[in-house]
Amino acid sequence: MSGALPLLRAEGLRTWFPIRKGILQSTVGWVRAVDGVDLEVPVGRTLALVGESGCGKSTVGRSLLRLVEPQAGRLWFDGVDLLRLAPGALHPYRRAIQIVFQDPLASLDPRMRVRDAIAEGMQAFGIGANEAERTERVAALLARVQLDPAQMWRYPHEFSGGQRQRICIARALAVEPRLLICDEATSALDVSIQAQILNLLRDLQAELGLAYLFITHDLGVVRYLADRVAVMYLGQIVEEGETERIFGDPRHPYTRGLLAAVPSVDPSRRGVRAHVRGDVPSPAHPPSGCRFHPRCPEAFERCPREEPRLVPVGDGASRCFLAEGAASTADPS
Amino acid sequence: MSDPVLVVRDLVTSFPSARGRAAAVDGVSFELAEGEVLALVGESGCGKSVTALSLLRLVPKPGRIESGSIRIAGREVLSLPVSELRRVRGKEAAMIFQEPMTSLSPVVTVGAQVVEALRLHEAIGAAQARRRTTQLFDQVGIPDAESRFDSYPHQLSGGLKQRVMIAMALALRPRLLIADEPTTALDVTIQAQILELMRDLQRELGTAILLITHDLGVVNELADRIAVMYAGRLVEEGTREQVLGDARHPYTRGLLRAVPSLGRRGERLAEIAGVVPTPQERPIGCRFSTRCPVALPRCPTDPPGDTPVAPGHVVRCHVVAQELAR
Amino acid sequence: MEAHVVSNLVVALLLAGAAALAIGVRRNDLWRASAVELARRRPIALGVVGVYLAVALLDSVSWVGGGDAGAGGNALDLHRPRSLIDRAFPLDLDEKSYSAPLASVEFYGGAPLDHPGRHLLGTDILGRDVLHLTLEGTRVALLVGGFTSLIVIPLALLVGVSAGYFGRRIDDVAFFVMSTLASIPNLLLLIALIMAMGRGAVQVCVAMGVTSWVGFCRIVRGETLKLRELDYVQAARALGVSEPRLIWRHILPNLMHLVVITFVLLFSGLVLFEAILSYLGIGIDGSWGQMIDQARDELARDPIIWWNLAAASSALFALILAVNFVGDAVRDVLDPRTLRERQ
Repeated sequence: MSGALPLLRAEGLRTWFPIRKGILQSTVGWVRAVDGVDLEVPVGRTLALVGESGCGKSTVGRSLLRLVEPQAGRLWFDGVDLLRLAPGALHPYRRAIQIVFQDPLASLDPRMRVRDAIAEGMQAFGIGANEAERTERVAALLARVQLDPAQMWRYPHEFSGGQRQRICIARALAVEPRLLICDEATSALDVSIQAQILNLLRDLQAELGLAYLFITHDLGVVRYLADRVAVMYLGQIVEEGETERIFGDPRHPYTRGLLAAVPSVDPSRRGVRAHVRGDVPSPAHPPSGCRFHPRCPEAFERCPREEPRLVPVGDGASRCFLAEGAASTADPS
Repeated sequence: MSDPVLVVRDLVTSFPSARGRAAAVDGVSFELAEGEVLALVGESGCGKSVTALSLLRLVPKPGRIESGSIRIAGREVLSLPVSELRRVRGKEAAMIFQEPMTSLSPVVTVGAQVVEALRLHEAIGAAQARRRTTQLFDQVGIPDAESRFDSYPHQLSGGLKQRVMIAMALALRPRLLIADEPTTALDVTIQAQILELMRDLQRELGTAILLITHDLGVVNELADRIAVMYAGRLVEEGTREQVLGDARHPYTRGLLRAVPSLGRRGERLAEIAGVVPTPQERPIGCRFSTRCPVALPRCPTDPPGDTPVAPGHVVRCHVVAQELAR
Repeated sequence: MEAHVVSNLVVALLLAGAAALAIGVRRNDLWRASAVELARRRPIALGVVGVYLAVALLDSVSWVGGGDAGAGGNALDLHRPRSLIDRAFPLDLDEKSYSAPLASVEFYGGAPLDHPGRHLLGTDILGRDVLHLTLEGTRVALLVGGFTSLIVIPLALLVGVSAGYFGRRIDDVAFFVMSTLASIPNLLLLIALIMAMGRGAVQVCVAMGVTSWVGFCRIVRGETLKLRELDYVQAARALGVSEPRLIWRHILPNLMHLVVITFVLLFSGLVLFEAILSYLGIGIDGSWGQMIDQARDELARDPIIWWNLAAASSALFALILAVNFVGDAVRDVLDPRTLRERQ
């Protein structure tokens, strides 16, 4: 990875959910939602975490915030391992990492006025000397996300979906974070509204030097917004690298399958091919060896027997035996 | 040339709102030829789903079809008695929905549900119905069709459930398939599989498909013709190449520029400013005029008429009409 | 302190509390809209409940002194606290025994009454005016419904929210307690509690409270479990909001609609339950249930004495009916789904 120290680095992140059965609720198995994930978010840049349902990307987001407690791993931020901190000691770090969720309606308490929702974080961290000052800050934040500050006394249901998402962004910005996790933040919005929000996010990044961890399944959005991409499948990162390299020269069959499956709006480019067959296996029972092998069009004898490791490819990595062979002839750019 | 399988004329479907009734579908007309795929495209709230539900008179109360004409295979649906309507539903025209989870009954096996649909319209025995169903499952690419017959919906993935829905819809070889956001709830790799399946089946069976969606990529994959809807009205209609390659209406152009596609990076996404007007806020003239970057003074007050731009390509826009007049 | 002074204080507090509630509702747009909608849907039922509330209130304000014992009255009565309702009836109104409504003679025997035609609903076996008794029963009914609910609801909220929010150990303990309580037949537990605590009104209310909180507690726990996972609660956690504040600001307000609905429906259930207790002889003195219980004997007489039973049953029925109407409307009005539709 390139020179400067990353803002956030996760090592070996593991978040498993117990499956409980029976009268005594004994644990009969584990859903391995996040199973050994390493990632780095560079300062002031965007890392996209891509994958389909069940891959664990949302759980990664929540694990980074400890909204869900990981079982293992390290989370380096400002030289501190966030996962080792006691809940009380974690509090000041919460300011630095914030999150925007997918459903803007569910993300806002329906019984709370917008102004109070945005000011809530400020109160928790003692930002603003008194209520009046906080109200002023709320007005400034609303203006920054292109909403009319006079509307701050309204309730969430009085706004449209796109406006609600702007309110959620304002709420996250209120505590002056350095990293914003966007968990499918534009997936529930119409295309034309999505464009507004994406542009807003880009502008905010340029203005405030914010880093983003953009969690999504939409590859088009990824190409537009992200500097680096990490592709997830069944709890693991299967490929990682700079955006242009991932789109131009994907080295993992799953990444290739994903890219080939996205339909284009160009009328001269038709015919998506479903290279990736079958359905996603359950994260409670991942396949043996390489987790992707049952659906992989390029699988061979080694794949079900051995688990592939991440192999360096370009300035990123790929978790595939095929990339190993090609590593020696890898494009150094 | 055979008669079109679906003819819709001036359909108006309304819902009660704070001030009187609001027309979710406000004077929509289109035709679907035998074996053709027409995509009805628009964002949320434009009325495309309500249009689809209106075709088979499935609009939930308190919604109501106010006026217009819907002819499926030559029969006027709006004036059919319910018993006749039930025969049209399933046999002449079938529908598949967005959420496979809620479209299938959770307490009946998937095989039994298809059999039920079959035996409702045809007089065949249970064993024969089971055979037909298993064949259908094979045809739609469900692995282990024999044993899958006895599975319950919760035991199947989203993609498999959608395949079951398609099997059920096509079981009676309807001439018209209405697909309401069939792949929106699916992952992109599963979507690719379903799109391939629908394309192959459509070619094989010659079913006409009315595809309702907001996803322009899916439209590009499946549609022969496209109709773009905004705030209850159609604003542009044409072949796939015409609408996607040579879009004329400012809304269509705005939509296409707002889609972050795989092929572009760096430039700003073109936004469409503002939000869709509520029925109370709709201008009397062109409904897009409140957000249109090139609106003329007459646009908010004067409803635009049909402007043919090319053979088969119609746009409803004063600006386009003006351009052509020059 | 004298009992009546305490009860007057309690009434004053309740009135103050009700006033504060009204002001709070008026200031909050969402609640005000719901209140207006409720008044629009069930004006008559609300009116009936209001009348009962007024009567109960009037019967709760009592003091000693004043008035005049009258010709046949007992001078000692002047030293007992008498409420506003009591003072509407002359002290010596009692007859010797039964008399029919508006009658001028005794029912059995035909002897002339002291106050012919003054008893709108007749008199009971002790000659007491049935209308007076019925009005007094209103206070008991509202005490049963209101006071017991005030025990049930905070208890259920405390246990339910803790169990739902903190989970694991606390949940296990709460679950154990709830399941155990729910497994003991209510009536037996109640009888045991009353035998242990005594038969006063407060004790009966407490006993009923102890046996009635589990159902609501389960609902609160389930709803809390659901609320805890909602995005806006997670967002608040990510914003660094402390857990107590989270519960106070986000969980409790979103449980309030359940509280209101449960309060109203619980109320009628408790009043009816007390009637059953009276039938078994362990109810509260002066309640309609007790009047109905006494009526059992009267039904066996010949000619039949019906007005005691009729008065108590009608009063009970009318209140329960009105409360149920209001309760159904409250549930509709406060259901989050209809809340969203109205918005």
